[in-house]
Formats: sequence, structure tokens, C-alpha cells
Amino acid sequence: MKKSKNSGKARNNFEIFVLSAPAIIIFVCFVILPIILGAYYGLYKWKGFGSPSVNGTFVGLHNYIVALKDPEFQAAIGHTFLIMIGSLIVQGPLAVLFALLLNQKFKGRGLIRTLIFVPYVVSEVIVGTGWSLLLQKTGAVNQILNSIGLPSIDWLADSKIAIWTLLAVISWKYIGFAVILMLAGMQSIPEDLYEAAKVDGASFWQMQKSITLPLLAPTLRIWAFLSMIGSLQLFDLVYIIWGEYVSSTAGVSTMATYMVREGRGASNYGYGSAVALIIFVISMVIALVYQHFVLNRDLDGALAEEKKLNKRKARELKRRAKENELAQIAAAEDESVVK
Amino acid sequence: MTTATLGAKTSRHSNRKNNKPNRQTKKYLKQHGYRVSSKSPWGNPIVYFFSLILVAICVTPVLYIIFGGFRTNAQITNDPAGMPNPWEVSNYVDVFTSPTFWQELANSLIVAVCTMVGVVVLGIMVSFVIARYHFKYSKAMYALFSAGLMFPMTVAITPLYLMVRNLGLANSLLGIILPQIAFGLPQTIIILVPFLQSIPLELEEACMLDGCSRLGFFWRMVIPLAMPGVATVGILTFVSSWNSYMLPLFVLSSENNYTLPLGVQMFSSQHSVDTAKVLAFTSLAMLPALICFTIFQKRIVGGLTGAVKG
Repeated sequence: MKKSKNSGKARNNFEIFVLSAPAIIIFVCFVILPIILGAYYGLYKWKGFGSPSVNGTFVGLHNYIVALKDPEFQAAIGHTFLIMIGSLIVQGPLAVLFALLLNQKFKGRGLIRTLIFVPYVVSEVIVGTGWSLLLQKTGAVNQILNSIGLPSIDWLADSKIAIWTLLAVISWKYIGFAVILMLAGMQSIPEDLYEAAKVDGASFWQMQKSITLPLLAPTLRIWAFLSMIGSLQLFDLVYIIWGEYVSSTAGVSTMATYMVREGRGASNYGYGSAVALIIFVISMVIALVYQHFVLNRDLDGALAEEKKLNKRKARELKRRAKENELAQIAAAEDESVVK
Repeated sequence: MTTATLGAKTSRHSNRKNNKPNRQTKKYLKQHGYRVSSKSPWGNPIVYFFSLILVAICVTPVLYIIFGGFRTNAQITNDPAGMPNPWEVSNYVDVFTSPTFWQELANSLIVAVCTMVGVVVLGIMVSFVIARYHFKYSKAMYALFSAGLMFPMTVAITPLYLMVRNLGLANSLLGIILPQIAFGLPQTIIILVPFLQSIPLELEEACMLDGCSRLGFFWRMVIPLAMPGVATVGILTFVSSWNSYMLPLFVLSSENNYTLPLGVQMFSSQHSVDTAKVLAFTSLAMLPALICFTIFQKRIVGGLTGAVKG
């Protein structure tokens, strides 16, 4: 008896191992290990050939200090944070409003939902190529402005305007995703609540303020988290629209474009790794702080409720089965009455 | 079918609990998990007005790219915001007949399909372990992968490239596929674990009684039941691989191995004078992802809803 139990356990462990090992190996190998290696490479002045300890020179924390003191990197951090906060302020309220709009029941809603998702699906490279043509000095946007009597604007090269252009393009690209997330969140709000509010004589906006917004809060928090992480790694769009070197003079360089230009672009792999690690630490601090102060509320609730949920589900199922039975009986009765 | 719709409608409008459905319709009610027929009323004109503005903002730049491909360079220079007049097909024909485009399309397809398969297979296996086995490290495993969600590829790209190069995978498609699988796993696991947890325990017990092993249960019940979640994850992975730019930029160096995003960028820098052809190339490059998304749109939105509900 004891033996069979043991072999069952061994089998269990074996299954766990076989099923999870490939994923863990590949994850550790390509996600965790590079980050650790990056920290090590960052200590060397190294051009990327051979191994850093042989072909490079150990410089300690020199790379990190240089990076943090470089005004260009500081500017890049500033731009990144501006974009991060700007995206939250611009996209959040708009996404909620649009989701409210598309949460109404009307003909053609499905089509509209698909269409607003288009910018999100199209790749950054394509979007970047398209926008950089549209926003050229002699491009379509300026032509339209001229035709209604407004002067042309140098959307891309003027360092005072470029960052706002970037913010607009980013908002355009990612708002569809935000809207879909909000819609999903709204649809999980039980309709009974609105019916009850209607009975109590609440107006449309009152209902949104006291039902939708509070119940949408978890979705909003998760969206904000995803959006922030996305902003911190912003690279493709800037790199495509402004290119490697123009981005810093146009005032739109981000942490990632700085890293690529100074690291791979100049083949300073030690320095590039150090910058990568700085970005990593900044992202991690933001993520952890956010998780601790904002997301934790959701997670705490989720963990405590997990156990309850299973019990509740079982009860729910039983109740439903009973209801079904009752409904069947009732239906049968109805029919016999009709007959 | 009409009675079913009717039943569904009445159930939506009247109090559900006291509603006594008649026999034909009771199976198709919303609370039984069936989709209610989407016959919605016409909406308020204001709703349409704002929706149309929103749609116009979202779609116009994309349409500009597509229509721009049908114009000549002279048309674009003289009247940047105009429509094609006359319509010019030669740009698209040129792109269609260029071997570079097909080569890059094939590369992109190989990378996207392999990434998708890898992410789905590895993801569902490890999600099954996290969701259905009770052991000491399951929480730690989940934490490990969900931490990965916080660290997108950008922050690790330089050392990641060196890693790929040291493995001898630089300038090969495998050098993109493997890291993409690794970075795709966190999202997959976060979406799939709740999905697999929601499969009732009774099913597993019933399956065991019928003499299935844990793995048999996995193979025969979990995989078919998890299909909607798998589809969501698969499509998201496909699209993000199709669009990925940074990793190919680092890893691929010879033009034969370029994927479409790199190809678009190279094409637009090589033919910077020939705007119309760039636009044609660009619009053909985005087509597969758009089609894939349109077909599976409902799946994605449905899957996201499930994930958010948790």
C-alpha cells in the first residue's frame, strides 16, 4: 500500500517535471539569464568579442556612472516618463468614454469594435512609416491644415512639438487596446445593478459614476500597469519615425533608443548592457511600487477569495441544476395547461 | 431558431428568475451560456456620430497607406491628401512580382507560426501543471512567470543578443523564434492558468473513474476544453511575432533572413524617393496580420474578457 502511494507520488513529480521543464528552461535561458549576464557585462568596457574578462577591461561601476551623468540619457529618461504619464492621462479617460459609447447596444457595434482595434494590430514599423509620411512638412496633414486656412506645422523636427506628436501617435496606436480592455471589464459588471439603479431613478451619467467607474477600477488599474510598462520600453515607433540620430535632437529619444544607439550602434556592448540594466531597474522599481500600492488591493482580494470561489462555484452549480429541474417541471406543466 | 431568439429576448427584458421559459427555448437562454442573437436595435444618432469620428480617426491613416499605394509619386507630391486619380496598380504588381517580398513574407510566416506553436505547446503544459497539480512550488512557478510580464524584451535586448550570438544562432530565424517563445510565455500562462483552473474538478474525477491518468485527462479533456483560451493566446502571439521589430533588428543581419518589418524599413530607406511603392509594400506587409485578426476578432475579445474576469 505504502509502496504504491510512493510510486504514485514519484509519477506525479515526474509528470510535473516533464510538463514544466521545457518552458522553465527556455524562460530562464532567454529571459532571466540575459538580465543576469547583462549586469555582469555592464561592469566591463567591452566591444562584444570573446569574453569580457579576456577581451574587455574591468571598469567597475564606471559605465553606470557615465550613463547616469550623461545629459542625453537624463533627457531620454525625462522623455520616457513624460510619455508614460501623458499616455495615462490622454488614453485613460478617452478609453473609458469610448468604451461607454461602444457598450451601448446598437447595430454595427461589432464592426466598429473591430475597426478601432486596427491600429493596435498593425505593426509599429508600418504605422511609423505611414505617420512619418503623413506628418512630413509637405505631407497630407499639413495640406489639410492649409486648406482650412491654418499654417503648416513642423510636426516631426521641431523639438517643442515632436514629443507631443509622438504622444498623439502612441495614443492613436494603443487606445484600441485600452478600449477593448475597458469593454471587457464593463461587460463583466452585472446588469442587475443598472436595472436597480434605473428603478431608483438614476440618470445615465449617475449610473456610470456610481456603478461603472468603481466596478471598472480593477480593469483600469491593470490597464494602467500594462500601459506604463509599455511606455517604459518604447522603441520601435521612435526609431522608425525619427531614426537613430535625429530622435535626440528632436527631443523624442527614449531610454531604449539611447540604449540601442550607444550600445549596439557604437558596439559598446559593456556600456549598452549597463544602460539595459538601468532601464531594467527603473522598470522594476516602478512595477513593484505600483504593485505594492495599487495592484495589491486586487491581488489580495483574489488570493483570499480563491478558496471561497471554488466552494461558491460548486454551490452555484448545484443551485443551477435545481433551477433547471424546476424550470423543466414548470415548462412541462405550462405545456400541459396549454394543451 | 426564431423562437429561440424570441425566448432570448424576453429573458433579457423580463425578470430572469420568474421567467418561465417554454420547452423549445429554455436551452438557448443567455444564462445557459448561449450567445443571444445579436439583433440589436438601431442606436441613437449621437452614438453613431461619435463612433464614426472614432472609427475615422483610427482607420484613416491605415487607409492612407493602402490608397497611397494606388497612386503615382507625382500624385502624392502634388496633392498629398488626395485620392488615387487615376488608380495605379503597377506599384502593387511590382511588389507582388518581387522575390524579396515573398522571401520576407515566408520568413515572417515561419517565425510567427513556430513562435505560436512553441508558445502554445509549452504554455499549456506548464499552465496545466500550475493550475492542476498541488505541489510546493506551484505558487513560486506562477510568480516566476508572471514576473516575466514586467520585463519586456527591450530591457534585456543587448545581453539577449549576445546570448543568441554565443549560442551560434545569430542571423538565423531560430535565433528569433526561441527568445520570442520565452518572452511570450508569461502572457500565455497568465491567460491560460485561470482558464484551466475553471475546468470543474468533477470532470477530472469522472475521467479518473473511467481509468484515465492525469496525462490522459490533460490530453483528452483539458486541451479540447482550453481551445478558446489557446486560440486567444495563439492569435495574440502570432500577431505580436508578425509585428516584432527590435529582436529581428538585432539578430538578423543578412537580407535573405529579413522578416517583413525589417523589410519594410529597408525598402523605405532604399526607395525613399518612390513613396508610392513604399506605401504599396507597406500595405501588403500588414495585410496578413489584419486578416488573421479580423477572422478571429471575436475570439480575442472573448478571451481577454475571460482573462480579465479571471
